[in-house]
Amino acid sequence: MYGFLIGVGVVLLLSLVWMVFRIQTLVSVVKGSDKKIATGSNKVNALLFVLFLVGSGILMFWYSIKEFDNYQLPLASEHGVITDQLFWITTAVTGIVFLITHVLLFLFPYMYQYKEGRKASFYPENHKLEIIWTAVPGVVMAGLVISGWMAWSDITAPAPEKAHVVEIMGYQFAWDVRYPGKDNVLGDYDYRLINASNSHGIDFSDKNSLDDFPSPKVVIPKGEPVLFKIRARDVLHSVYAPHMRLKMDAVPGMPTRFWFVPTKTTEEMRAELKDPNFEYEIACTEICGRGHFSMKKVIEVVEPAAYQKWLAEQKSFIQQNPALAEGINPESKELAGIQLGDSNK
Amino acid sequence: MATATVAHHETEVHDHHDHEHHDSFITKYIFSTDHKMIAKQFLITGIFWAIIGGLLSTLFRLQLGFPEMNLEFLRPLLGGWIDEAGKLDPTFYLALVTMHGTIMVFFVLTAGLSGTFSNFLIPLQIGARDMASGFMNMLSYWFFFLSSVIMFISLFIKTGPAGGGWVVYPPLSALEQAIPGSGLGMTLWLISMTFFIVSSLLGGINYITTVINLRTKGMSFSRLPLTIWAFFLTAVIGLLSFPVLFAAALLLVFDRSFGTSFYLADIYVAGEALPNTGGSPVLFQHLFWFLGHPEVYIVLLPALGITSEVIATNSRKPIFGYKAMVISLLGITVLSFIVWAHHMFVSGMNPFLGSIFMFLTLIIAVPSAVKVFNYLTTLWRGNLIFTPAMLFSIALVSFFISGGLTGIFLGNSAIDIQLHDTYFVVAHFHLVMGSASFFGMMAGIYHWFPKMFGRMMDAKLGYIHFWLTFVGVYLVFFPMHYIGIAGFPRRYYSWTNFEFSNTYTDLNMFVSVAAILTFAAQAIFLFNFFYSMYRGRKATPNPWNSNTLEWTTPIHPGHGNWPGEIPTVYRWPYDYSKPGAAQDFIPQTVPLSQTPESNLPHEQELVKVELEIMKDEAEVLVANESKH
Repeated sequence: MYGFLIGVGVVLLLSLVWMVFRIQTLVSVVKGSDKKIATGSNKVNALLFVLFLVGSGILMFWYSIKEFDNYQLPLASEHGVITDQLFWITTAVTGIVFLITHVLLFLFPYMYQYKEGRKASFYPENHKLEIIWTAVPGVVMAGLVISGWMAWSDITAPAPEKAHVVEIMGYQFAWDVRYPGKDNVLGDYDYRLINASNSHGIDFSDKNSLDDFPSPKVVIPKGEPVLFKIRARDVLHSVYAPHMRLKMDAVPGMPTRFWFVPTKTTEEMRAELKDPNFEYEIACTEICGRGHFSMKKVIEVVEPAAYQKWLAEQKSFIQQNPALAEGINPESKELAGIQLGDSNK
Repeated sequence: MATATVAHHETEVHDHHDHEHHDSFITKYIFSTDHKMIAKQFLITGIFWAIIGGLLSTLFRLQLGFPEMNLEFLRPLLGGWIDEAGKLDPTFYLALVTMHGTIMVFFVLTAGLSGTFSNFLIPLQIGARDMASGFMNMLSYWFFFLSSVIMFISLFIKTGPAGGGWVVYPPLSALEQAIPGSGLGMTLWLISMTFFIVSSLLGGINYITTVINLRTKGMSFSRLPLTIWAFFLTAVIGLLSFPVLFAAALLLVFDRSFGTSFYLADIYVAGEALPNTGGSPVLFQHLFWFLGHPEVYIVLLPALGITSEVIATNSRKPIFGYKAMVISLLGITVLSFIVWAHHMFVSGMNPFLGSIFMFLTLIIAVPSAVKVFNYLTTLWRGNLIFTPAMLFSIALVSFFISGGLTGIFLGNSAIDIQLHDTYFVVAHFHLVMGSASFFGMMAGIYHWFPKMFGRMMDAKLGYIHFWLTFVGVYLVFFPMHYIGIAGFPRRYYSWTNFEFSNTYTDLNMFVSVAAILTFAAQAIFLFNFFYSMYRGRKATPNPWNSNTLEWTTPIHPGHGNWPGEIPTVYRWPYDYSKPGAAQDFIPQTVPLSQTPESNLPHEQELVKVELEIMKDEAEVLVANESKH
């Protein structure tokens, strides 16, 4: 019944629109305005451009200022300070260009709208002007590029040797985290070794893997360099830690990395934002399938001392599941045994 | 084919028109070799696809704006993709996004835009009877049609269409286990795109050949309208980049079906380790973006060309800096090939490569800036007539600025770390390439509709359509910048899983409402378009008082365009409001010797040369006549 009524309503509305359209067409024929070069609509359109300029300008400034704290993400990494600064410098530069060009673009239609008997000025070229507005953007762009390039080179430079290594592996649809343990060296892995009890495909015949341990979340110390070693098990993923201004694709068959220095602990950030539930998060930003929008991992930034304490408390893969050590050569087993013993003390 | 050869031999032209051949329905409307009919075929197919592409976007905007909404009412349309709880299936959400992108980029803004206007305007504006090869031109459309049919079918198959994003990055697009759309849906996508590439190449070769070889007498490259320059360079870009997409797609087919490992390595999926090793997913990205980035300009340049013509005509002024405009177009063409890896700053490729591509990318901003300044100066001190086409062109410049400026953020690899694959990117490219090109297409339709169908579109409806669409586009895409700066990732079914993105539900709702209304406003255009085709006011031969050659043809040009001889060109197409001239426009066919009152000093020199040539010609003509 509702459907029928809506249908009738739509038909009535359409016929109304149709009649208005026909009437205005006939009126314009009677008035002969269809033969004029520019009708009254010309003025209306010219005016609408100015209205649009003013209206949208006010809306933009109002919203940008009102919402500033909301779209401005909290920042918690050293390089993020620089990239954010670059972002705002670029915003300022482009903002000026945006405003000037738009003011001209929407004022000219009003200022130079058609007037009968007036002739447009024949102004086909002006080399000086053209050279200026080729050179000026060139110089400005060069400035932006060079500052961006310097930041980029620093960010992507090799990680400091003492950086804390964390391996993050993406798979459909979650992240797995592995720590290298005391030696700060991750053990080898091979995707063919992956099975239900060894989701990382760790090769336990490699001594370095014996002290590797898993973690349900990424725990890292504040103020010290951290190196994310990133890989993927099935399709492309991308590690995105928005508060750290960090993003790097996880590629099957090609390990990638990203290092950074976190600057605020989770607790500090909670206090700053007055949000006791705040967590640093990792999301996926490379389309990876059905659960793409749900690949969440929490990063917990702690004081260095607390980090060392946390490290000492962790149990390696083998400690958690001694069956993993089965089948590896005796010498390694012995080592693993020693380590088991070590941590039992 | 006959018409192509007659272009060279004036004598045959008369023969051709002595016996008027009658086309059957099939040769006139279906397997036509007339560039004007083929252009209309491309246009109608493009409009069809634009409706489909827009409709898909309203579906996923419903999900994004109203995540709690019960979508049960869509079940008749989407069937099993609406689950028992009335929610959209997340896999199908990805398929919607993927198909929206594919359809809009390739089928609407490449085929619909280039296919329509290159076909329609190149012969008409350079003074040719038809394309160099009418037959190839016809094939170009029918390969596109075939490609369209296959892509359309893929929307309805059980496992859904391709769902790995329009960029179809492997391994996702190669593994059916990873997403159901990578099964039959992806196979159909690849087949369809293969035909699409064939169509583009056939079309492109034709456009290039025609522009180089079939220009009428006097139509030197420096007298070409900027539309033709744009179409010509677009075709060059397409010809050089589409084959690379074909290569990328071919290797993907091998990986999918024949067990090769070009893009696949060390994969464990669905409880099984695959045998593939040694491939590189990043290789695909390089190959894809080697087309993908030029593709952006394939979409944009024709729109800029159309805008140049429309703005100059309706400002009643010559386009400012014609040479600079051509050089910018050339610059963009060359640079478009060496910036592709700026889509891959955080793909894991060597960061040094990132530095190089950042430098190259930001260089391309310079010719783009020059174009904007030149448009502004063209408007300055003009005598502006706001036809719907003019409104769309001015708005295009606005989108080009807004979207172009955000490109400066994204081209800077340091800033791109944060913004990559967020809504900031979505806002950027929807403005600079999506909306700008769409508005270029609209400007073209409103401007050349009288030439296409011999009738005028209703201007008032055009104004309403314009203002609703213009305001609507900004309301849809401007807010996305804020969402992007806030870090919202794209291609997300929902943002509530994360603290940082569990906000802005109001803004997303607003965007969705704006998107749906803007889409609905296109009905005004559709009505205007189809109604005016049959019932619109009859057009005059030159409704916009324009200089270019197409307006010297009859109101309904036949196959061959000009009933008599092809007109000769004596001047550039932008002699608007020339000092001294009686009218505010001097068509390209008016000899300089007839306008001594408005000639510039260097043109006065040319008059002598022109007169000599005309005298020689007259002699040749007389000699030819006496032979008969």
